[in-house]
Amino acid sequence: MAQRVSTASKKSTQVSARVIKNLHERMVRIRLFETEAGKLMEAGKLPGFLHLYVGQEAVAAGVMAALRDDDQITSTHRGHGHAVAKGVGFREMYAELYGRVTGACLGRGGSMHINDLTRGMLGANGIVGAGVPIAVGAAFAARYKGEDNVAVTFFGDGATNIGAWHEGANMAAILGLPVVFVCENNGYAEFTPQSGHMLLTDVADRAAAYGMPSVIVDGMDAAAVHRAAVEAVERARSGAGPMMIEAKTYRFFDHQGVKGLRHPYRSDEEVAQWKARDPIDLLEVRAVADGIATRAELDDVWQRTRDEIAEAIAYAEASPLPDPADLLLNVYSG
Amino acid sequence: MTTTTEAPALTPVAAPRKLSYVKAFNEGLAQAMREDENVFVAGEDVAGYGGVFRMFDNLLDEFGPRRMIDTPISEAALVGLGVGAAARGLRPVVDLMFMDFIGVCLDQIVNQAAKMKYMFGGALSVPLTITTASGAGLGAAAQHSQSLEAWLAHVPGLKVVMPSDAYTAKGLTVSAIRDDNPVVIMLNKVLLGSTSEVPEEIYGIPLGQAHTARHGSDVTVIALGRMVGEALAAAEELAAEGVEIEVIDPRSVQPLDTETMFASVRRTNRVLVVHEAVTFGGLGAEIAAQIQDSVFDYLDAPVLRIGAPFSPVPFSPVLENAYVPDRARIAQGCRRLLERS
Repeated sequence: MAQRVSTASKKSTQVSARVIKNLHERMVRIRLFETEAGKLMEAGKLPGFLHLYVGQEAVAAGVMAALRDDDQITSTHRGHGHAVAKGVGFREMYAELYGRVTGACLGRGGSMHINDLTRGMLGANGIVGAGVPIAVGAAFAARYKGEDNVAVTFFGDGATNIGAWHEGANMAAILGLPVVFVCENNGYAEFTPQSGHMLLTDVADRAAAYGMPSVIVDGMDAAAVHRAAVEAVERARSGAGPMMIEAKTYRFFDHQGVKGLRHPYRSDEEVAQWKARDPIDLLEVRAVADGIATRAELDDVWQRTRDEIAEAIAYAEASPLPDPADLLLNVYSG
Repeated sequence: MTTTTEAPALTPVAAPRKLSYVKAFNEGLAQAMREDENVFVAGEDVAGYGGVFRMFDNLLDEFGPRRMIDTPISEAALVGLGVGAAARGLRPVVDLMFMDFIGVCLDQIVNQAAKMKYMFGGALSVPLTITTASGAGLGAAAQHSQSLEAWLAHVPGLKVVMPSDAYTAKGLTVSAIRDDNPVVIMLNKVLLGSTSEVPEEIYGIPLGQAHTARHGSDVTVIALGRMVGEALAAAEELAAEGVEIEVIDPRSVQPLDTETMFASVRRTNRVLVVHEAVTFGGLGAEIAAQIQDSVFDYLDAPVLRIGAPFSPVPFSPVLENAYVPDRARIAQGCRRLLERS
């Protein structure tokens, strides 16, 4: 059974002030990227789908603050938060959402496929669970080459019902690879609640089937996620094999888009309860109370990020569209 | 892509070395592993056991467990391991044993390996090689006997090769491993023990370059994989009747060297396409369509296709023999084409 980490009594000072500020900035960057993207979608400016990450910021921030640039991650269809937290630039991300040739995928990928090899972002993925074995392969490559970087694979509760997840977990365990499995349990597989898609209460219990240690953390508490991630990443880096973190979190928007409540699959009360535990608010309140940052300092982060985002959106809108003559670019190498 | 020059040319020696198809594959793989430290092999029973078809014999002894990895029976994770490792600069060779098993891992092949370069804006390559055994003829029944090249050749980003003899088994294996794209090597199970002349040195056969296995003036037979040998046998039968057929072995079905085929059609004016896979929706349909698109005016008869009936591969040998196209059906097809005019 998974180890349960209670975070209620722990103060934010259990991680350093520097880390708290780092987590805060990563979360603010995700929040603003996502809320602005949502506005652009509502305004009809973006083609395709948009799966917003708002509410789950503590997970991406907490994990990514435990990683190095050369550590690899694989992400999900809800991948913007991971990309932002891993350091992918706003410009290429917005340009990709707009389908511009300056985008992260040259306009060939869109929201669900943002990647950046220079940041170890091995791709968001439109196929649920598919990134899990790929992260295992990235970890394999690290060990093969004698490098000490680790791979982190992010997935939701729903993804743990798919075969690739189980195969990847077992493969990582049996080969003893440096992989950290991070479950962002937001309680819903698209519109189906966890109780409707598995009989388990804790997804982390699935790790036991593969001989993998696991830990459950409050996914709205960035510091708690970070502590767990540091432990799992250090463990993997030391050669002790994979570990799983289940972060209990929540998706503030719908599965897709900004306002798509055609199907009343969750109550207003439930949404309100989780929003009352907004991960950024929680961190800010504690940071101020603990004397780590002043309100003005925190506000400055928001403002700087807003400015950066406005500039990136302007850049994306001014960027050229791909040339249809280049339609076949990069289908093959060579 | 009109040349059919092989690399290297077979040099005449007193006693040319013959090697079996499976040993030629094994030799090519071993040489590619010696050539590039980034090449490793992962699969079910590939290391300790040497592969169920002896494809990987002795490789564990030479390359050790770092580069020869036995994995759980987990095809999705196996191909995914290859995709992730390839994305990080290695050149994985992953073995799927029987081609029929690709259904288990088709997402990793089709949605991940094939599309990754494109969706990454070209920022990386996926130099992944997938080896597998295809084809009927061993009484292995419907779940261990299929030829599914049409599934894979339909997917942009993948390459698919079908060695027809030991020489091509080695050369295509080396080229597949050296290629920066995901390549599926469809080894034919019936051909595993067949022998042909194979140079000892490492050599590659260009992917996307067809080979004219026999020159002839009356009918062009385009044959895939094991059907090349059947077509050559049919050619001998027809030669006794005064009919000279030209046999083209595409070797690689994605990319497909249509120029060599078109040039042949311009000379013979009649075409038969033969493959072991079911006829419906098979590569014969694609090849026939491309020929009528490009060299219709040279045709004296409609393009004829021979393939398997629209049925799963049967078990009973009498049924299996009736299922797979053979030299007699190919010869009969050529006669039908010649009767048209």
